[in-house]
Amino acid sequence: MSNSSLQDIKNDFPIFSKPINGKDLVYLDSAATTQKPNEVIDSITHYYKTCNSNIHRGIYSISIEATELYENARTNIGRFIHSKSPKEIVFTRNATEAINLVANTWGSQNLKEGDSIILTEMEHHSNLVPWQILTKRLKLKLNFIKIQPNGELILDNLDDLFQENAKFLSLTHVSNVLGTINPIKNIISKAHDHGITTLVDAAQSVPHMSVNVQDLDSDFFVFSGHKMLGPSGIGVLHAKKTLLENMDPFLYGGDMISNVSLREAQWNEIPWKFEAGTPNIVGAIGLGKAVDYLNRIGMDVVHKHEQELYNYAVDKFSELKDFKIFGFENKNTTGGVISFSYSDFHPHDIASILDGESIAVRAGHHCAQPLMEKLGVPATTRASFYVYNDTSDIDKLFNGLQKVRSVLT
Amino acid sequence: MSEDIYKEIILDHYRNPRNKGKLPDSEISAQDNNPVCGDRISIDIKLENNIVSDIKFDGEGCAISQSSASILTDMLMGKTVEELSKFTKDQLLEELGTPSLGPARIKCALLSLKVLKIGTYQYLGTELPDDSEN
Repeated sequence: MSNSSLQDIKNDFPIFSKPINGKDLVYLDSAATTQKPNEVIDSITHYYKTCNSNIHRGIYSISIEATELYENARTNIGRFIHSKSPKEIVFTRNATEAINLVANTWGSQNLKEGDSIILTEMEHHSNLVPWQILTKRLKLKLNFIKIQPNGELILDNLDDLFQENAKFLSLTHVSNVLGTINPIKNIISKAHDHGITTLVDAAQSVPHMSVNVQDLDSDFFVFSGHKMLGPSGIGVLHAKKTLLENMDPFLYGGDMISNVSLREAQWNEIPWKFEAGTPNIVGAIGLGKAVDYLNRIGMDVVHKHEQELYNYAVDKFSELKDFKIFGFENKNTTGGVISFSYSDFHPHDIASILDGESIAVRAGHHCAQPLMEKLGVPATTRASFYVYNDTSDIDKLFNGLQKVRSVLT
Repeated sequence: MSEDIYKEIILDHYRNPRNKGKLPDSEISAQDNNPVCGDRISIDIKLENNIVSDIKFDGEGCAISQSSASILTDMLMGKTVEELSKFTKDQLLEELGTPSLGPARIKCALLSLKVLKIGTYQYLGTELPDDSEN
């Protein structure tokens, strides 16, 4: 599929069908959350209208249908990231909850005083704060892979970082601020040479490029549904089967047990051992539909489309005075994100004035305050692209940025 | 929200801030920042007979936060300490001419007022009321 076959794609997304404040919505904040196609929205109403019931328990028809929809979604999503088995797919609320699950189960069981956890300086707060807390609780050490000003990780001293006390490495696949794609396959392989267990925060990669967890050989791999056309409140933890089998449950209650007496209980098999209580059934079903939708486009087409938009934007914005893209010198990016500064205009002013044109961009630290410090700015403005964006969105952003200058100077 | 919030008075004070700088040895001095966007404001006030004789603000941030601080300092010259402590957000917002800033930007506009309240209540040695920043 070429770029032109994505031409009428906005028609699949009902949010674009009516103007916002009298103007067509130019949505450039997909790194925060994506819009939803009819197919995903319809799958949610379909479930509630036709087979709403609890899963895994009912003997009756609609419960069997609901269970099938839920478990088929798991299989579907597992295939999408080339998981060895659907048993390796645990549904969570989002990537953040998946990281907290690993910290509280695997981390608590396997890390002890004096061990160190390795992170990078470009992590989203979700892959930083849970480890800070675990570090304090278990008296661990936190070490960081540093980044260069162009947004690339500094990897030539990994052997020093991966010394014998290093037990766990958690890093992002793609930066939510810069779009940098980290060479995680090499980093994971090196970590494994040192006996280090790894977690990949794939919240910004799975939506934008083809990924293969078996090829990457990650131990834990997490992402969020709402950033890939799916509903909010559903996320995924992928983990190697043997790890999941040896981990304690995260939450306790119904559905995660196999047998319960008054004083004892045995745990259900994986992955259900980690899904206590009635889960987000429609969330899983909707995410399964989102995966179908992305599969039909093809992840390589998605990736290429975003890079084309990125190149178009870079070309166009070079006409703007004092416009600076962060991480621009780095060629290895998804192309889905442009974080920029524009003259000395504050990102909040830029975003407010753009909002007047119904252009949605993000202004702030993007939940990555340490990275902002590294870039030497309190905040940036971020435009992020997805399948439904086209060059006319970028033209409108360009016109909006000219308006910003005329209002503020 | 839109460019409608960028009223002429806000843009005027953004481009040409009044009373910008520091006042060493001032009786009232405070600063605060908005952790979400990094806006930062400090206010120094010199008093004579309990009346504002000089006032300056310093800081960095968006047009709304900086112009609001500039406008606020203009409004406070000659006021008594009691008037400072009773100064309301409505007085400031009315002067800004943008009553409908919306939840995302209202914190930017009221940061300077929050700093004023922190400084004034520190000077008076009394507790800051809970709603002072709202």
